[in-house]
Amino acid sequence: MTTSLVDGNSILAVDVGAANTRAVMFDVVEGEYRFVASGTAPSTAEAPFKDVSEGVRNAIANLQAVLGKSLLDASRDLITPSQPNGSGVDALVVTISAGPTIRAVLVGLLKDVSLESARRLTESTYARIVETIGLNDRRKPEQQIDGILRARPDLIVITGGTDGGASRSVKKLLEPIGLASFILPEEKVPAVLFAGNEKIAEEIKTLVGSFASALHVSPNVRPSLETEDLEPAQRELARMVVNIRKRQIKGVDLLDMWSGGHILPTAYATGRMVRFLAKVYGAEKGILSVDLGASAAVISAGFKNKFTLNVYPQFGSGENLVGLLNYTTLEDILRWSSLDISEGVLRDYLHQKSLYPSTIAATKEDLVMSQAVSRQALYLAMQSARRDFPRKVSSIKPTLTPLFDPILAGGGALSDASRPGQSLLLLLDSLQPVGVTTVILDQNNLLPLLGATAAQNSILPVQVIDSGAFLSVGTVVVPVVSANYGTPILRAALTYENGAEARVDLKYGSIETLPLSSGETGKLTVQLMHGADIGFGPGRVPKDGISVSGGALGVVFDGRGRPLNLPTDAVRRRELIKKWTWTLGGE
Amino acid sequence: MQAPVHHIVGLTSIVRERLLPISGTVLVRLNQKVNTSDVIAEANWAREHVLLDIARILGVSSSLADRLIKCKVDDRLAASTEIAVGKGLFPRSVSTPREGRVVVVGGGQVLMEVGESKLELRAGISGTVVEIIPNRGAVIQTAGALVQGVWGNGRIDSGLLVNLAEKPDSVLTAERLDVSMRGFVILAGIVKDAETLKAAADLPVRGLILSSLYPSLIPQAREMRYPILLTDGFGPLPMNSAAYKLLSTNIKRDVTVNAEANDRYSGSRPEVIIPLPVSTDLPALHEMEKLAPGLQVRMRRPPAIGMIGSIIAIKPGLTTLLSGLRAHAAEIKLENGETIVAPLVNLEVVG
Repeated sequence: MTTSLVDGNSILAVDVGAANTRAVMFDVVEGEYRFVASGTAPSTAEAPFKDVSEGVRNAIANLQAVLGKSLLDASRDLITPSQPNGSGVDALVVTISAGPTIRAVLVGLLKDVSLESARRLTESTYARIVETIGLNDRRKPEQQIDGILRARPDLIVITGGTDGGASRSVKKLLEPIGLASFILPEEKVPAVLFAGNEKIAEEIKTLVGSFASALHVSPNVRPSLETEDLEPAQRELARMVVNIRKRQIKGVDLLDMWSGGHILPTAYATGRMVRFLAKVYGAEKGILSVDLGASAAVISAGFKNKFTLNVYPQFGSGENLVGLLNYTTLEDILRWSSLDISEGVLRDYLHQKSLYPSTIAATKEDLVMSQAVSRQALYLAMQSARRDFPRKVSSIKPTLTPLFDPILAGGGALSDASRPGQSLLLLLDSLQPVGVTTVILDQNNLLPLLGATAAQNSILPVQVIDSGAFLSVGTVVVPVVSANYGTPILRAALTYENGAEARVDLKYGSIETLPLSSGETGKLTVQLMHGADIGFGPGRVPKDGISVSGGALGVVFDGRGRPLNLPTDAVRRRELIKKWTWTLGGE
Repeated sequence: MQAPVHHIVGLTSIVRERLLPISGTVLVRLNQKVNTSDVIAEANWAREHVLLDIARILGVSSSLADRLIKCKVDDRLAASTEIAVGKGLFPRSVSTPREGRVVVVGGGQVLMEVGESKLELRAGISGTVVEIIPNRGAVIQTAGALVQGVWGNGRIDSGLLVNLAEKPDSVLTAERLDVSMRGFVILAGIVKDAETLKAAADLPVRGLILSSLYPSLIPQAREMRYPILLTDGFGPLPMNSAAYKLLSTNIKRDVTVNAEANDRYSGSRPEVIIPLPVSTDLPALHEMEKLAPGLQVRMRRPPAIGMIGSIIAIKPGLTTLLSGLRAHAAEIKLENGETIVAPLVNLEVVG
């Protein structure tokens, strides 16, 4: 008999996205927390509503219809706590990614030290760096002031000085910030985060407190030259982002009140969950979470002793879509297309889609373009995020993606695939994982919501993850090898729990699968050729085989090589993409 | 499901808030009648600043410098005005390098705004001022036809409307623009090249109302000093029939092309307004409407992008689309007689 470790509180979790708002109910079923149901409605941060609470009420109303019980009263307010008649909910947590990209100015001393930490800190939320001021800035103070005024920042992040280190130069850098803030209209004065030399924090409060719309002080991100600790500042920044959203968008303050302050930026909540998973389940390999949504691409990675969180609004699939062309070319996007699409058609698509970010692909050609764009956006996000991964991580080659297990993937753009195989191929192409890893699709985008509930109820996330609320795509085996197309590189035999066996021969340039259902496990015996490496060294495999778990696609062998080099001949490349898609059950 | 409404209406009440981006002076009063080009508010703003470190220049402490500074906040000073004099037998002095306004004095420094220019806010539509927003602008009401667009180059102007689009998918070329078009607002279809935009600027025209523009021309379009409004989008898209019909039947009328940029958060959208005389009160327009059979809708994505049709039925549950995705969808009869199935999120109501 299962013993319940929980006190039975039901939790409603709401995610306010740029395009959609989702309300998700977690409750105790047979003594353990489960994901019960979800309701979705279009987000209402934008005109004509300009009030996120409307979309939240609509999403909760849709959830009510699924659950068959009332969560909202006659005046559409949340019923809390649960009532004896079964209506209502005990607690609410909220995550939010809706809202315009936050404009941030960075202030720090050295480009490669404090300013780099400030960059990493700022990239952990939905912000774009619009101006940077450092010691090496050769501009006159008035030019810096004009630069800040032109940048129209919502947020200023100040770093610099190790604890007990430089203080005069940090204070000197604050002069243009103070003057610019002084002459800005009150409603446009930015919030300030100081995450530098702790010894001068009090002075900073006196200096900056008088002109900032809100001053937050966090522990130093660079307590010493060799040490970087972003976590406390990220927590502070998350609070600030919610406060900025309260200023920018109506209804966020109401959600803050309903949730008793349990409201977090979605990316931060995702990061919290990845950090937790890395602590609980982490082994030699890292844990990777990717989320491609309308507001941003979010890459979060948990390693043994380090955690990274990178948010890239410029790679989001929403209104910033056209901005993607500042980072890539139409040709590079089209290399992922299985159809013959011209650059002009793709350019029109990007501009048209950015006019209507919440629309979906209704035709085959639209879907192919949408997925090609998503691939390139996620690829670029991953390449950028890799800069911040720790140097000493498990990898087959330092130039390739490190070894991760598992890889969790979610977000609107990934659910814009009709079959799990399409999503998997998108992930294999853009992330280019290596070795042996399980791939899990967060189809209901639960990960950030679990991260938000963790502060309220630490048991809930563990039990929901173990309950199978996520879709396991299966285990992916990717050998790193240099070989000619068509050369055999791997031979594998999968022994099922019932003793049956299935075999596969993998040739360079191809993808193969072996069936293994969700919930089943098997033992994989692998023979490697041409010095192929799946994470145990060139040509080496564990003597007693590799335990693998099943999923929608079973065990997938990706023999296309790393880094993935697609054929330059467009016709051949498109044929291969079609073949790979077909192998993974797509069309 | 609720869907946004794309306004293409022959006669309605139009209420528009016109605001300065910064604080300034409102020049109109309540119930005043205004014309499109009337300036209703103005503000001064400085493009640059000059920071004078008096303490450093005079070689004195900040507190002493503060006592030596002769100007105060809000003083408007001419270039070369002496603002601080040091002490001693041969005292040094500090003068303003440029004409400007003092914005901060303290800490031994003076910060001045220089290069000031005047920002003028025009009414944008002819109508009646129904509300004053102190220091920022006014709310203006008028009645007339309204055609919303999907993209604008940020300009605004008005003039008589002439039609160079024989059909909704006509392509406008530079050769079509001759001197007889000078000072008019031109209704046209698709623009594919920069020469056409330049030819319109050379005349100059008072505005271009286009169905679509090639995306590579966006930078040039933004540089044009006349308004450019797109009714349907980017690439070779014909004008939707409702907009084409309404605009092409209002030729030789005075129209305002407010090609302001789309702002999802404020709700501002590019639009064409054709003021019309009316004697009765008109109902306000809805911004959202529940999708239901009989409603006129416009396709925002393929298939049939830009086309208008009417909803035959909302399909129950989820429908598998041509793309393979599953979504809530509707069966729609297009104006060409064809029937298609489109996801509800791709529709907007026309009206």
